[in-house]
Amino acid sequence: MNLKAIDWIIMLVYFVFVLGIGFILKRFTKTSQDFFEAGKSIPAWVAGLAFISANLGAQEVIGMAASGAKYGIATSHFYWVGAIPAMVFVGIFMMPFYYGSRARSVPEYLRLRFDEKTRALNAISFACMTIFSSGVSMYAMAKLIQTLKLFDAPFDAMGIDKGHIFFFSIVLSAIIVLGYIFLGGLTSAIYNEVLQFFLIVAGFFPLVWLGLQSLGGWEGLKETLTAQGKAQMTHTWVGMSSPSTNPLGVDAFGMVMGLGFVLSFGYWCTDFLVVQRAMAADSMTAARKTPLIAAFPKMFFPFLVILPGLIAIAVTPLALPSDGQQPSAITQSGGVGLIPPKIDAAGQVVMDTEGKPVLDYDLVIPRLLLYYFPAGMLGLGLTALLASFMSGMAGNVTAFNTVWTYDIYQAYIRKEASDAHYLWMGRMATIFGIVFSMVAAYAATRFNNIMDLLQLVFAFVNAPLFATFLLGMFWKRTTGHGAFFGLLSGTLAACLHHGLTLPKGAVVGFKGGFFGVIHTYPSEMAQAFWTAIFAWTTCFVVTILVSLFTKPHPEEDLKGLVYSLTERPHDGGLAFYQRPQFLAVVVLILVVILNLVFY
Amino acid sequence: MGGLDIRVPIGLMFLVKGILLAVYGLITPAETYKVSLGLNINLIWGGVLIVFSLVMLFLGRKGFKLAPED
Repeated sequence: MNLKAIDWIIMLVYFVFVLGIGFILKRFTKTSQDFFEAGKSIPAWVAGLAFISANLGAQEVIGMAASGAKYGIATSHFYWVGAIPAMVFVGIFMMPFYYGSRARSVPEYLRLRFDEKTRALNAISFACMTIFSSGVSMYAMAKLIQTLKLFDAPFDAMGIDKGHIFFFSIVLSAIIVLGYIFLGGLTSAIYNEVLQFFLIVAGFFPLVWLGLQSLGGWEGLKETLTAQGKAQMTHTWVGMSSPSTNPLGVDAFGMVMGLGFVLSFGYWCTDFLVVQRAMAADSMTAARKTPLIAAFPKMFFPFLVILPGLIAIAVTPLALPSDGQQPSAITQSGGVGLIPPKIDAAGQVVMDTEGKPVLDYDLVIPRLLLYYFPAGMLGLGLTALLASFMSGMAGNVTAFNTVWTYDIYQAYIRKEASDAHYLWMGRMATIFGIVFSMVAAYAATRFNNIMDLLQLVFAFVNAPLFATFLLGMFWKRTTGHGAFFGLLSGTLAACLHHGLTLPKGAVVGFKGGFFGVIHTYPSEMAQAFWTAIFAWTTCFVVTILVSLFTKPHPEEDLKGLVYSLTERPHDGGLAFYQRPQFLAVVVLILVVILNLVFY
Repeated sequence: MGGLDIRVPIGLMFLVKGILLAVYGLITPAETYKVSLGLNINLIWGGVLIVFSLVMLFLGRKGFKLAPED
C-alpha cells in the first residue's frame, strides 16, 4: 500500500492528541481513585461511549465485517440479541450493587458478597485474560500492518530490513498505550475510547455510504445479493427455526439462550473491562444510564461494521485508474467480490476440502478502505482502525492494573500501604501489564495452538459466571461456598461438554471431542452456545444446592449487595424522560423494531 | 474529571483533521476521486468534520482548563 503524505499526517494528528490528552490528564491524577476509578467523575454520556468502545476493539470491527461477509446481516444477532438486552439488565438491575457498594472492582464485589476464595478465583483468571486479550490485540495489529505493507515504503526509504516491521509495530503500539495510561490512568483510557468512537463513525460512515451508493442503496444491495443466490444474507431471523436452514448453523433456542442469555449477560454484566467504565460515572443515576446510553449507538453499529461485509461480497470490482491506489490483488482469481483468497506462506491459494479457495474474510475492511477511499480519507479510515486496536489494548490494560492493584496486590501482598504507594503500584502494573502483553503477542506468533487453548480455557471460566452473579445479587441465601463450588463445577461442565462434542467437519482436538464424541453439532457456533448453556445451568444448580447446605451470611453484612436488602435507587427529582427506566423502554422498543425490519 | 472537558480535545482533533481533508480536497485534481464514485469525498467529509468539531468546541467551551485550579 502506498500512502501519501496526507495520510501519514492525518494518522500523526491522532497520535499527537492521544499523548497530549495523557499529558494534560497527568496534572489531574493525584490519588489512586483518580488513576483507577477516574475520580468517579465521568459524565454519563462519556462513560456510555467508553462502555461500547472498550468492547469495540479492532478484532471486533474486523471480525464483525468478516462475519457479515460470511453469514450476512444475521451477524447482527450478536448486537440485537447478544448485547442490548444484557446492557439494559446491567443498567437497570445490577448497577445499583456495583456502584452502590463499596466495591472498586467486580472481583471486590465478589469478596464483599461471598468470600475471599471466590474473589481470588475471579481476580486471577480475569487478570490473565486481560493480558492475553491485550496481547492478541497487539499481535493482530502488527499482523495487519504487515499484511497491508503499511510501513514498507518508509522502511525501504530508511534502508531498514522489512523483517523488523512486526517488532516495530508491537513496540510502537506498546509505547503509545503505555504512555497515555501511565500518565492519566482510567480517565486517559476512557477519553481515548470516546475519541475512538467518533473516529470509527467518521471513518466508516462515509465508507458504508459510498459502498451502498455504488450498489444502488440497501435495495440495490438486496437485489445484487439475490441475483447472486445469497438472498438469505439480508435476513436475520428467516430460517432460524432449524440449524440446517440458516448460515449460522444454530437454532433459535440455542441462539437466544446460549448467545442472548448466558454468553451475553456473562460478558456485559460481569466483565470488569466494561463494568469499570460505568463504575467511573459521576453518580448512581449516571452509572445506571451508562449501559443504556451505550445501547443506542450499539444497536446501530451493525450498519457500520457488518454492512461492509455484505458490500464487499456484492461488489463487482471495477478496474480503477492506475494512480498507485489500486491494489493488484483485488482482481486475483479465486476471490469473491472484493475479498481475496487466503494465501499460504508459499504464496499459494489455500483450498478447502472441496477444492474451493478459502477466502480471507479478515481483509474486508482494509480492502474496502482501499477500494473506495482516495488519499486523505484513506488516512482517516486507517486512523479509525489503528485507534480501535489501541483502545482495545488500553481497555484491557486499565482493567488489569486495577484488578492487580486492588484485588491481588492490596489483598494478598501488601495490605496497609499509603494511597501514593498504590498509585505508584498502578503505574508499575501498567508497565508490566504491557510487557506481558508483548510476550503474549510473541507467544501467539510462535505457538498458535497455545492461544487457541487459552481462549478455550477462558471461555470455560466465563460461561458459568453470570449464574453466580444472578444468584448473588437476587437470592440472599447464596453462600460463598455455593458460589465458589458452583463456579468450579460450571467450568468443569463446560470442559466436559466441549470434550464430548464436535462441530461438523472438525478434527478432534481444540475444536472438541477429546473425551470421545457423543454428539456432533452443525457448526462451531452451535457448539459454543450449548457449552455455555451447560456450564451456566450446572453452576446455577450446584450453587443453589451447596448454598442450601452451608451457613448463610448474616443479613446485615449483605446490605447494598443483595436486591431484597437494598434500598431501591430513587430518581424522584428526575423528569420521567431522564430516568434510566424510560431509556430502557425506548432501547427495547427500538431493538424490537430493528429485528422486525430486518426479519 | 472536573479538569479537561473531553469535548475540547475531540473538537480540536476533528477540526485539524477536517481542515486537512478539506484543503487537500481543494488542491487535488478530479481524477483522484474516480475511486469514490466521482465525489470529492475529502472536501465533503472534511466539511462535515469541521462542522462537527465546531459543535463540540461550542458545547465544551467552558471546560478548557490545562491544570487544576486549586
